[in-house]
Amino acid sequence: MVEPKDEVPLNHSNATPVLHEVLHALQRLATLDEPTTIDLRAIPFGPGDEDALLSQLGTGEVKIELDTLGKSTIWETAFSGVWIIDHQNAESERIALQIEVAHVPAIIKAQTEDVTESLQLLDNQLNPNRTETTGLREE
Amino acid sequence: MADDMKRFTQTLGESLRERGVSRRGFLKFCTATASMMALPPTMVPAIAAALEKARRPSVIWLSFQECTGCTESITRSHSPSVENLIFDHISLDYHHTLQVAAGDAAEAAREAAMHENEGKYIVVVDGSIPLDNPGFSTIAGISNLQMLEETVAGAAAVVAVGSCAAFGGLPHADPNPTGAVSVSDIVHDKPIVNVSGCPPIPTVITGVLAHFLTFGSLPELDALGRPMVFYGQSIHDRCYRRPFYDKGLFAETFDDEGARKGWCLYRLGCKGPMTYNACATTKWNEGTSWPVESGHGCLGCSEPDFWDAGGFYNALSIPDSDIIRRAGVVAAAGVALGAAAGALNRSTRAKAAASHEKVTIDDLDKTS
Repeated sequence: MVEPKDEVPLNHSNATPVLHEVLHALQRLATLDEPTTIDLRAIPFGPGDEDALLSQLGTGEVKIELDTLGKSTIWETAFSGVWIIDHQNAESERIALQIEVAHVPAIIKAQTEDVTESLQLLDNQLNPNRTETTGLREE
Repeated sequence: MADDMKRFTQTLGESLRERGVSRRGFLKFCTATASMMALPPTMVPAIAAALEKARRPSVIWLSFQECTGCTESITRSHSPSVENLIFDHISLDYHHTLQVAAGDAAEAAREAAMHENEGKYIVVVDGSIPLDNPGFSTIAGISNLQMLEETVAGAAAVVAVGSCAAFGGLPHADPNPTGAVSVSDIVHDKPIVNVSGCPPIPTVITGVLAHFLTFGSLPELDALGRPMVFYGQSIHDRCYRRPFYDKGLFAETFDDEGARKGWCLYRLGCKGPMTYNACATTKWNEGTSWPVESGHGCLGCSEPDFWDAGGFYNALSIPDSDIIRRAGVVAAAGVALGAAAGALNRSTRAKAAASHEKVTIDDLDKTS
C-alpha cells in the first residue's frame, strides 16, 4: 500500500452530493410529509467520505439501540428528522447503513402484528387460569 | 425427518417467527436483504411481503474446472447472520466441496433433489466445462458435460457463478488446452444468470439467490446475462477516483506523487472503464476496501477473456492530458477516450490471441 495515511486526502468530496440529497428529502418531509431512505451501501465512497458525511451531519438528542438479529444503532443527527440507521449482525459486522429522513424511523414503530400478539401475551399473564383464548372485550 | 418436512413446507415468515424473530427483526432482515440485492430501500415493503410467503427452493451446486475460489468467496461472505438465514431457506442439496456425503451417496442426493423438485430447482455452476476430452474433468466418473446436461434438464434456472462458468475464465484462456467452454455455450433452453468475477463478490452471489427466493424469478440481465443491479454500471463510472480522471490527474507509477494522492490508476493498467461489476460500492472484506482503494487498478475479472486482454499493467489507452485538461471538453473527452480504449483493447486482445500457439498434451509431456 503506497498511500501513507497522513497524505491521503480527508475525503474525496463524495459526501457533498449526498448532503444535497438529504436537503431535498428534508424539503419533501417538511412540505409533503413524505419520508425518504438513502442506502449508503450503494454510494461509491472513497476513504474518508463516510466519516466526512457523518461528521457534517453531527449528532442530535436521540439515540436508540435495537437488539434483534444483532445490534442496530439509530441516532438523530444534528438536523431534526434526519436519522442514521446502522444495522449490524450477531457478529457485530455492519449489514446496512442508511440515512432515513422521517419523523420517526419506520423500524422503531411497534409493528401491528407484534402489538396484537403482545395483547394476547399480557392477557395470558394477567389471567393464567382462564381457559378461553382471550378474555378481552371485542371492540 | 418430520422437522425436515416442516422446514420444506413452512414459509420464511413462519420459520422466522418460530425462531423468535419479531416483525421488527424481520424488517431489519428485509432491509439488509434489499441492500444485498442492490434494490432501493423503497422496495423493503414489497420484499417483506414476498419473503413472508417464500418457500425454500432446492439448490444443486456443480463444481467443474475451477479453483474453488467462488465457494471460498461465498463461505466468507461478511454478513453471516442474514446470509445464513437466506441459506437456511435454500435447500443446498448438493455441493461436493461442502457436503459430508461422498461418492455414490453424494450422487444419490443430487438425483433425489432433481427428482423431488422437478422443474423447480436451481442449478448453480462454478467452473468451465472441458469439451476436448471428457476425461479432463470428472466427478464420480461422470464427465462435467454429462453431469451438466442431465442436471439442468429439470431445472427452473441456472446460475453460472464466476468467470469460468460464465465465460470460460482461466481454463478458456489461450491456448485453452482443455477446450473449456462456459455454461451458456452448452445450455440453451433454460434461463441462465451469469454472476461473473474471479471470484464474484460474495454478496452478489447471495443477492441473486435471495432475488430468486424473494420473488421466485431471476433479476433483470445485461447483454452478457449478468444482473443489471450489480453489473449495470462500469467500475470507472462508480469509482471514487473518477474525478481525478476527469481532471487528467493520473498516477504514473505505484510510488509516485499521484499514487500517494490517490489519483486515477488508468495509466497503470486499470481496466475500470471496460469492466462492469459492483466492487466500487459493495467492496470486499466486510466492506473494508476494494482493489482501486488499495492502490491497484481493476483487472477486469468480471469481463469475458480478461486473462487475454494483453497485460494487467498495460493501459487501455493513454489519455491526452492536454485535451482533457481544457475546460469545457472534459465530459466529451471522457466519452471519446472510453470508446478509444474499447477499440484499442479489442485490438490488443486480438494481437495477444494471435501470438499464442495451442499447446497439446504431447507438448506438455515433452517439457516435463
